[in-house]
Amino acid sequence: MSSIRTVAVCGAGGTMGAGIAIVAARAGFRTISYDVAEAPLARAAKQTAGFFGKSVERGKMTAEMRDRVLGSMSHTTDLAALGEADLVIEAVFEDLSVKRGLMERLDAACREDAIFASNTSTLSITEIASGSKRPERVVGMHFCLPAQLMKLIEMSPGLLTSDETLRAAWAWTEACGQVPVRTQDKPGFILNALLVPFNNDAIRAVEAGVASPADIDAAIKAGLGYKMGPLELIDLIGLDTQVRLCEAFYPVTLDPRAAAPPLLRRMTAAGLLGRKSGRGFFTYDGNAMFGG
Amino acid sequence: MRYAILKAGESRSFPDGDPFLAGAAGEGDVVVYCGVPYEADPGKTAILVELGDESLGTHTGEAMGGEGSNVVGFARYRNGRDAPSNLVELVRQDATSEAALAAARAVFEAAGLAVVVCTDQAGRIIDRLVRPKYNAALRFLDEGLATQKDMDLTCRLGLGYPDGPIERVVRGGLDLHHDVTRALFETYGGPGYAPARRAVVAARRRTP
Repeated sequence: MSSIRTVAVCGAGGTMGAGIAIVAARAGFRTISYDVAEAPLARAAKQTAGFFGKSVERGKMTAEMRDRVLGSMSHTTDLAALGEADLVIEAVFEDLSVKRGLMERLDAACREDAIFASNTSTLSITEIASGSKRPERVVGMHFCLPAQLMKLIEMSPGLLTSDETLRAAWAWTEACGQVPVRTQDKPGFILNALLVPFNNDAIRAVEAGVASPADIDAAIKAGLGYKMGPLELIDLIGLDTQVRLCEAFYPVTLDPRAAAPPLLRRMTAAGLLGRKSGRGFFTYDGNAMFGG
Repeated sequence: MRYAILKAGESRSFPDGDPFLAGAAGEGDVVVYCGVPYEADPGKTAILVELGDESLGTHTGEAMGGEGSNVVGFARYRNGRDAPSNLVELVRQDATSEAALAAARAVFEAAGLAVVVCTDQAGRIIDRLVRPKYNAALRFLDEGLATQKDMDLTCRLGLGYPDGPIERVVRGGLDLHHDVTRALFETYGGPGYAPARRAVVAARRRTP
């Protein structure tokens, strides 16, 4: 049973943070969304109201439940307003100094017994926790995008995380109806540690002339039953993001499969970033994909 | 398109009883060789040679980028001892005839199979890409990153895979994973292809 009543989400003006706030509020927790500017918070609040409106239309909740959930949500640009939070989940920019700096400021703003959870996908929980004077209260809690739809959460204790913190955070994810899995504090945890090198290997296969991007994706989908091919997925993730993932992993692991393939760097330099730029391994016209 | 099959022993692509075997004619413009050394015949539209872990060049010989004829390699993807998938990987060389490739595609697609084309590189598409991932998952298990259950669950829930990497490679046979990765490692040399410890154990425990 979770003893957590009030949850704060830092970086809640972003896609991931807004999704996490939905998960918390939907499960009945008082939810405070924090970000540095009002505009993204207002935009996220509007999108959140739209999301719960659709939930009512689809019969997943009643109008009364929607109103109660939306009424339990608030947003602020004042970090001091997080003082009453039992659990603070950070989903701010994926940069160690930014996250460490936030931990330091949360120390000043939050109660001694508050739990700080990091949604990092690539950084070390232990290194992030080193920004706080209470590293035993810091834990990894990696949601998948889109957080409001995906059930999986990778839970990673840092070297100094207490068992009590891990237990309380774990119980909270279950109270939200999520599915936690436990991993060590290693680069990419489980999901990205398997996915990032695999995606790089697919890029290297294109570069080596093994097959066309379309045939590589078709083979993976037909042969393995994956819903998306790796190159289609990289186009969705963004080739520039894939470069950043490689740059986060390779210097730590020195795994050659995690190093950014030369083709990935060339395509990124050419502005072929995937769906968001209209062309990556495939070409996109609006939302339609027509091969590459 | 009519095709003939010359076969010795059980084919990995088309095990006994597979409808593709029953669909063969006594002779045809396409000849499919499974486990039998092929005979060159420029009069045929296509000669299809079933491949295991080896390159097509093992059968045809190589000519430093000039190789290619009406001979096309093929393998229907199987995860070890699992039943064959619906996918056929066609293997071409630099100068492989387009007519031979088109005929190969037509024969397999008529049998309801999905077809992709790749060049003559070790592991073709799927084994080249997926075996290093299985090795990584097996290594993570040894290193205590997470339990098998949690790694498999993560891939199913987080990536939408039909099964997790460890349950899949164990189901297909860790000893066969060893054989495939050893062949890949022999060619590429990258550490990602080196058979994982648990696969080495399975191969050593294999009953002769």
